[in-house]
Amino acid sequence: MKLTLKIWRQASKTAKGSFETYQLNDLHPEMSVPEMLDVLNEQLILSDKEPVAFDSDCREGICGQCGFVINGDVHSPEKGVTTCQTHLRSFKDGDTLVIEPFRAKAFPIKKDLCIDRRAFDRIIMAGGYISVNTGQAPEANSTRISHELAEEAFDSASCIGCGACVATCKNASAALFTGAKISHLAMLPQGSIEAGKRVKSMVAQMDKEGFGSCTMTKACEAVCPQGISVANIVRMNKEYWKA
Amino acid sequence: MINPKIPDGPLDKKWEWYIAKARLINPANRRKYKAIVVGTGLAGSAISASLAELGFQCEVFTYHESPRRAHSVAAQGGINAAKGYKNDGDSVWRMFYDTLKGGDFRSREANVFRMAECSMALIDQAVAQGVPFAREYGGYLSNRSFGGVQVSRTFYARGQTGQQLLQGAYQALMRQVALKQVQLNTSHEMMDLILENGKAKGIIARNLETGELSIHHADTVILATGGYGKIYYLSTLAMNCNGSAIWRAHRKGAYFAAPSWTQFHPTSLPQLGNHQSKLTLMSESLRNDGRIWVPQKAHDTRAPHEIPEDERDYYLERKYPSYGNLAPRDISSRAAKEQIDAGKGVGPMKNAVYLDFQTSIQRDGKETIQKRYGNLFDMYEKITGVNAYTSPMLISPSAHFSMGGLWVDYELQSSIPGLFVLGEANFADHGANRLGANSLLQACVDGYFIAPHTIMNYLAGEQPKQQVPNDFGQEELKLTEERIGRLMKIQGNKTAEQFHRELGGILTNKCGLAREKSVMKEGLQAIKDLQQEFYKYLKIPGSTKQLNMELEKAARVEDYLELAQLIFHDALQREESCGAHFRVEHQTPGGEAKRDDLNFQFVSAWEYAEGNFKLHKEDLHFEFIQPQERTYA
Repeated sequence: MKLTLKIWRQASKTAKGSFETYQLNDLHPEMSVPEMLDVLNEQLILSDKEPVAFDSDCREGICGQCGFVINGDVHSPEKGVTTCQTHLRSFKDGDTLVIEPFRAKAFPIKKDLCIDRRAFDRIIMAGGYISVNTGQAPEANSTRISHELAEEAFDSASCIGCGACVATCKNASAALFTGAKISHLAMLPQGSIEAGKRVKSMVAQMDKEGFGSCTMTKACEAVCPQGISVANIVRMNKEYWKA
Repeated sequence: MINPKIPDGPLDKKWEWYIAKARLINPANRRKYKAIVVGTGLAGSAISASLAELGFQCEVFTYHESPRRAHSVAAQGGINAAKGYKNDGDSVWRMFYDTLKGGDFRSREANVFRMAECSMALIDQAVAQGVPFAREYGGYLSNRSFGGVQVSRTFYARGQTGQQLLQGAYQALMRQVALKQVQLNTSHEMMDLILENGKAKGIIARNLETGELSIHHADTVILATGGYGKIYYLSTLAMNCNGSAIWRAHRKGAYFAAPSWTQFHPTSLPQLGNHQSKLTLMSESLRNDGRIWVPQKAHDTRAPHEIPEDERDYYLERKYPSYGNLAPRDISSRAAKEQIDAGKGVGPMKNAVYLDFQTSIQRDGKETIQKRYGNLFDMYEKITGVNAYTSPMLISPSAHFSMGGLWVDYELQSSIPGLFVLGEANFADHGANRLGANSLLQACVDGYFIAPHTIMNYLAGEQPKQQVPNDFGQEELKLTEERIGRLMKIQGNKTAEQFHRELGGILTNKCGLAREKSVMKEGLQAIKDLQQEFYKYLKIPGSTKQLNMELEKAARVEDYLELAQLIFHDALQREESCGAHFRVEHQTPGGEAKRDDLNFQFVSAWEYAEGNFKLHKEDLHFEFIQPQERTYA
């Protein structure tokens, strides 16, 4: 199949960027989007041009490293997948794909489609953990946790840190990312002791990083590849007021 | 003959006594010592957090943008522990036995026993960190079964066990970064190891965003850089997984053990086209309820539902009735290859076998199957567009886990003093074949429970360095600059990716699931030719002082081209079959791997020797379990 690609090119963090157009002819529906960019890059390199810098690692939707906006869709036109899990069968022969990086003040563009999401690490650093040293743990079955609670905690913990929630939000809010970690740890008995301190510190860091505020449009939930629910934001707010 | 320094004493007391006698450093003095840790997967994050908690300074490096991206994140099915929660006869001893046998008696008894022994505390640790393992309705932890065992000892968090465990370790690491006990360098790749008086004392790192090279000094260096299965190009690994850190250490004198022992995972998705960059893994846990089959007739073109029961061959159930679809990975992969080679492969490229859930769905209902594997079925549908509740999955063997790695002794110390190697990067516990759900375990146990003791024991004998000499690392820095310059200058007409693809093709065809002397000799020659071509025709665009992913790739492929030669040397030298290493010349009449304990009951540890690869042997002694023919029939 044939596709026209309009890709955001930006040489560095401070450079001015613009779209460039490329034509690819020999594509196959079973290829993934990163595999399509591999083909483009090979052609660019062999014709003495700079390849498109883009992030992608596991290529199975779990590492959280990939993610572009394609024709206005964060990650993918399909629901519940990452960019690397998007195959060309989602597009029609002859389509034009406009591909640009996730955009947010707190996620500066490093080059082309690569962005810097280290703000997320700093939010985790601010308290996204349970303070337990190696060796301190009691026998795992000594605290029972109901099946339902374990499943709910898992749902919150399944965040892959890709940043799609921020990219889609009109305020570039990180409430879903932060709320998911706060909920995951607060709902488990092991993590509840520190819940108050954690939520205050993580929310403060989130604001400091320049993420916007949440106005509950639920756009984040709709694009989250793990389907993380905005109930996590509600829970974060509840924990915050409790603290 | 090399000495693994296994402590004396009864098997179940060795580790206890080691800890009891290990040298300590008092808490106030620990902050004077610094460790460099390369890699932030489970092993790397775990050791960094644990050393920092003890009070040591750590400087941590990862080529990822964030530690959480490390490839441990992709492990799906679970982690083993001999908790014995199921009342099914499990114990440390049985786990030790299963693992030793699973590795075809090519690992050290003392190491394997220790891994089983530490497994229980690891589950406790992970739960305390908040890892949401699956729970029964009564609130207790749930278990399932994995290949090569007859008990249920696998703990799991849906199909994302690796991600959840890594979150726990990553969070523990970030807590120490916040406490300023750990200095974290993301987007930094290790380019070389620095030795001082024969001891590992530092590294050269390259900032991948600016291209800047820097020298880092410490009192010990720890590599936790994962496996190198991506050398096969099409593999289950992430795109950036590589063998460069351990290869650079190998060139500096660290022995490389069993380089050719790579596990092919039986339940990967088959290759569908020529542009494919990786193969996606489907968790082994699916084999708890899925039945593997091919049509009895070769070249059968009928759709799966058109083939009646009596014209299907459930070949694993037929050949290995006591383990059935849960036969170990090496055996299952080889059996699949046998069927595919016999013309019974299915799917568009005839390179797959069926994994069918109809029997389980009829027995337990769709809802139950959905509960157990819902996200895996979803993932399958996302990738293939096929609904596996109604038609069987297509699966195929694919390069997966490196049993081989840098040789380490009982203390996880390599042949270079002060260089410790953890997790998949080392050769230690899995012998010639790793059992499912033991990989997460080994990475965690190495990082949380073993290395903190053995590294402190090492550091206690070292004087912490107060003043770093001015010329420290300058030579290595210059050599790294020259190396990068050399690669950039070639300016030929082939990309690093093209070389990697060719390299992977040669390895898969000539040193993959089945290995034959004459074929391997052709393969070795082909690699040497490819290496010459690489230095003539490689093309890297852009400059060195910016984000340049092609340069990163090229340096990794350069290392792979050398490592590939060692893989062939190792596979040629070992004139026996064991585990994943299947030499066509050495098989039983039933087509199973035939070991030669008389001549090959040793670990091959290779010295670089300027590319002439010199073999050193570590004899394996079996005091507690005598090696036997490994049968799963």
